[in-house]
Amino acid sequence: MGATGLFLITFLIVHAGINSMIFFNDGGETFNHWGHFMGSNFIIRTMEIGLMLFLLLHIVEGLLLWRQNKIARPVKYAVTRTDGKTKWYSKSMGLLGTLILIFLIMHFYHFWIPSRFGGMANIQPLAEITLGQEYNNQPVHNLYKEMQNVFSGNLIVIIFYVLGCISLCWHLMHGFQSAFQTFGVNHKRYTPIIKAVGVLYSVGISLLFASMPVAFYFGWVN
Amino acid sequence: MNSKIPQGEMDKKWEDYKGHVKLVNPSNKRKLEVIVVGTGLAGASAAASLGELGYKVKAFCFQDSPRRAHSIAAQGGINAAKNYQNDGDSVFRLFYDTVKGGDYRSREANVHRLAEVSTSIIDQCVAQGVPFAREYGGLLSNRSFGGTQVQRTFYAAGQTGQQLLLGAYSAVERQVALGNVTMYRRHEMEDVVLIDGIAKGIVARNLVTGELERHGAHAVLLCTGGYGNVFYLSTNAMGSNVTAAWRAHKKGAFFGNPCFTQIHPTCIPVSGDHQSKLTLMSESLRNDGRIWVPLKQADTRKGSEIPEEERDYYLERRYPAFGNLVPRDVASRAAKERCDAGYGVGTTKMAVFLDFADAIKRYGRIEAGKKGITDMPEKDIVALGKDVVAEKYGNLFEMYAKITGENPYEMPMRIYPAVHYTMGGLWVDYELQTTITGLYALGEANFSDHGANRLGASALMQGLADGYFVIPYTLGNYLADEIRNGAVDPNQQAFLDTEKLVAERINKLLAIKGTKTVESFHKRLGKIMWDKCGMARNAEGLKQAITEIRSLKAEFWTDVRVPGEVNEMNPELDKAGRVADFIELGELMCIDALDREESCGGHFREESQTEDGEAKRDDANYAYVAAWENKGDSEWALHKEDLSFEIVKPTQRSYK
Amino acid sequence: MEHYHMNLTLKVWRQKNNKAKGSFETYKVKEISSEMSFLEMFDVLNEQLILEGKSPIAFDHDCREGICGMCSMHINGQVHGPWAQNTTCQLHMRAFKDGDTIVVEPWRSKAFPIVKDLMVNRSAFDRIIEAGGYISVNTGNAVDANAIPIDKKKADDAFMAAACIGCGACVATCINGSAMLFVGAKISQLALLPQGGPERESRALNMVAQMDKEGFGNCTNTYACEAQCPKGISVANIARMNKEYIGAGFATEEN
Repeated sequence: MGATGLFLITFLIVHAGINSMIFFNDGGETFNHWGHFMGSNFIIRTMEIGLMLFLLLHIVEGLLLWRQNKIARPVKYAVTRTDGKTKWYSKSMGLLGTLILIFLIMHFYHFWIPSRFGGMANIQPLAEITLGQEYNNQPVHNLYKEMQNVFSGNLIVIIFYVLGCISLCWHLMHGFQSAFQTFGVNHKRYTPIIKAVGVLYSVGISLLFASMPVAFYFGWVN
Repeated sequence: MNSKIPQGEMDKKWEDYKGHVKLVNPSNKRKLEVIVVGTGLAGASAAASLGELGYKVKAFCFQDSPRRAHSIAAQGGINAAKNYQNDGDSVFRLFYDTVKGGDYRSREANVHRLAEVSTSIIDQCVAQGVPFAREYGGLLSNRSFGGTQVQRTFYAAGQTGQQLLLGAYSAVERQVALGNVTMYRRHEMEDVVLIDGIAKGIVARNLVTGELERHGAHAVLLCTGGYGNVFYLSTNAMGSNVTAAWRAHKKGAFFGNPCFTQIHPTCIPVSGDHQSKLTLMSESLRNDGRIWVPLKQADTRKGSEIPEEERDYYLERRYPAFGNLVPRDVASRAAKERCDAGYGVGTTKMAVFLDFADAIKRYGRIEAGKKGITDMPEKDIVALGKDVVAEKYGNLFEMYAKITGENPYEMPMRIYPAVHYTMGGLWVDYELQTTITGLYALGEANFSDHGANRLGASALMQGLADGYFVIPYTLGNYLADEIRNGAVDPNQQAFLDTEKLVAERINKLLAIKGTKTVESFHKRLGKIMWDKCGMARNAEGLKQAITEIRSLKAEFWTDVRVPGEVNEMNPELDKAGRVADFIELGELMCIDALDREESCGGHFREESQTEDGEAKRDDANYAYVAAWENKGDSEWALHKEDLSFEIVKPTQRSYK
Repeated sequence: MEHYHMNLTLKVWRQKNNKAKGSFETYKVKEISSEMSFLEMFDVLNEQLILEGKSPIAFDHDCREGICGMCSMHINGQVHGPWAQNTTCQLHMRAFKDGDTIVVEPWRSKAFPIVKDLMVNRSAFDRIIEAGGYISVNTGNAVDANAIPIDKKKADDAFMAAACIGCGACVATCINGSAMLFVGAKISQLALLPQGGPERESRALNMVAQMDKEGFGNCTNTYACEAQCPKGISVANIARMNKEYIGAGFATEEN
């Protein structure tokens, strides 16, 4: 779980970084530029296959873990009480992961599938958004427009996205430092730093992601 | 009775013995089977060492894992004559201290061997990964213990016994993995099987299924610990019992010095009738704590409210030279004397105070001094002092607080002596063989090395010495002649007969279906023993005790109620068998105490004391080991092994 | 501390043997002193049951001073009861008040099958130690104890790991039924000491393999084990085990 988790954590940084380009509020110019780069670069596209495999692997590992751990305690306790120190989210990674998966399905439906397999509503010629010559006037997916479409009108979608981000936040809160533990990093001096970075990262990245649909919904970017 | 002490100079005996002992060649070792009963320090170290040598070992423990044996609870440390501190220690000094500390009732040759091998024990344990305390330079740390003048005690915080046992346990588990040792968990030895008077195996009971099992072997080692639970309340574990040793005794093994019991002065006192066991607080507390009682009888004030001038620091008063650091037996008797005279404290009035208020202030002032502050307020000094005390004794204070619900940093602790160790046990010769050929006793289960009183940090030393470094040699000497005898068939008549007797006894216990629980008999036995064969004994009391125990025994066998069935997990049945043996042992202990009309070590006969109430030994008449032979129901014959002291000349101990 | 007495209702798991089906039974105990230990309260109950002609409750216990690791009860939803860094035998009735209902269950783990009532079989732990929880040094082979100085910090850490009493509370409290704290503590202890060096790799691999074979669950780093361990064994030991295991996996030349 740790290895795939760490890979996904790195991916999220890239993902959030590029998506943040919307906040330039330049009608998506910068964002689409980088979006196109990500979509057309050979290395990135290869890595995308890896990403999907890792995501799948992360899910499969999680399911196997869940199953093995269920078998390890065939008879449940009648009463359980928390010790006050163990974090609820650490014990709920399966649940949080499932919530994120549901969210991901919706997310893919909104963006990834249309962008990869066509059907994206607003394919516009590059010229219209004047990105420069290097694209040889090939059409570019206007993902910016797509975000606007998805997020502008529908409050339920926004709530779903925000809930997804909250699940992600708790999932990362455990996952980040847990991955280090799994790889044998537990140090008196560094572990508190890792934990702090983990919290900052989890909250930061989730807030950033959540702010995007919210920003579109309220028209802070357009 | 032949103690088989080798000839020659004291410091050459063991070397000489090892040089001339018979050996078994490796291919023959595989054909020789050894049964080890008990997996404490002595048993685990013996099983591991014998397994390593190539013998086929079967090890038995009544607990769910060999790692649970009660050696694990030893706190303080283990002595060894390493002289790492360059403070004048030597094999001779450890030998001398042990013989003297034992009040001249131990066998010199055995004690000398113990002191000799003590150094190898530490080497062995470190090699196994036992995490002893270390200094900053990375070398082993030592502390002084039990009032000796040198620092020879190795320790692992307050968990030395645990660490040593886990070391021996890991060694034995390694042999299990290698197939040299077979481990029988949750098994209790019910009897030893003799063929032509020679031990050839045991009958054990599988405590989970209740089934009896017959196990043959070329030798049987009893490493079953002490019998302090005869007093019901002791610092022993709940399951600690005398059964294996007692069954061997009834089969012909002599019992040595059964009345020699060590009462430890610093235990948490009894809080009520429900008490099931007592907890020791390490002796090290006496290094800093002061022991006192109120000057006024039946004083009900809290300890912290009694002013200085109304306190009696009775140990400092009676023994100005040693003060609070007098040996265990002396400190225990002094506490009993004060409580009997009506000065005891706490709800039961059977406790004295162990006070750290002075130590806290003293350490606080030292800390303030280190910081260069001369006018620090009292409150801050106390706070600093508490930190120091917490660092030194924190885990003990915590344990005290858990058990009593009182804060020992604020209020003086209440302590009272409790039964802790039994120096007596199966009589063994120099080779650790009992009077039954082929049957050996190791560790606390034998009588050998501590005389009438054991020094602190010496029990762990003896258990491991016997198991790691003595029995591998002495057992070989016996087994060398067993090569010609093939595997012992456990289906022989002798095994079947023994098994039948064991089954009959178990069925009899279950068939009584009386009205009183096993526990209630055990408690009553304990009370008789504690009152009349405890810290102070007299002829009249002992005679009464013998009568009372006999009637208790009769009542037990007609009115005990043992619930459940034979063929199931039945802890009450296990307990019933053990208590039945304790009752018989209690009688023998009183007989032995009555016979020994002197005071020595832990055995204090009120008739034999000096004018100021100190123990008075009688070397002219009692310089012997009392080895008792069982002659039938409540009948014993006394055999005496005279003790001669070639090196350590007996003197009267004085701590004034 | 003021002493008081209490009447309690106990709901205790009863199961005749490994094969039988178990269920909760309800018992009442009266006039229990706040000074009793939890197990002494069970002694009182058992005496009561025996005199009533009923079968007493079987439970594991031995030293009753918190070091042998034999006692094992899941009390009101927590292993070893409500006190932190404590064993069942050291739990005292001050932790409860008059009228309380206390639910007592055995350790629940596939690797710890029930023997009877509250007793479980923890021999899986012994087998894990057999797989490599030792240093292979025959008696008599040792060099002088001070021949190899050991960094005090490492020696102290090794001691802290070695303080494990093998009670199985880590397994019993873990939502996954994982034994990583127990195994990690032993692997750590021996990895921290130079004496453990030669067998480091095989030890890590073999002990982990045996742990998995016994049917324990997997660690998901919830750290409940550390929070509930009566000896406060640190999860840093699990990290160290992971490091040892990963390192050994790369280093080993065996298949």
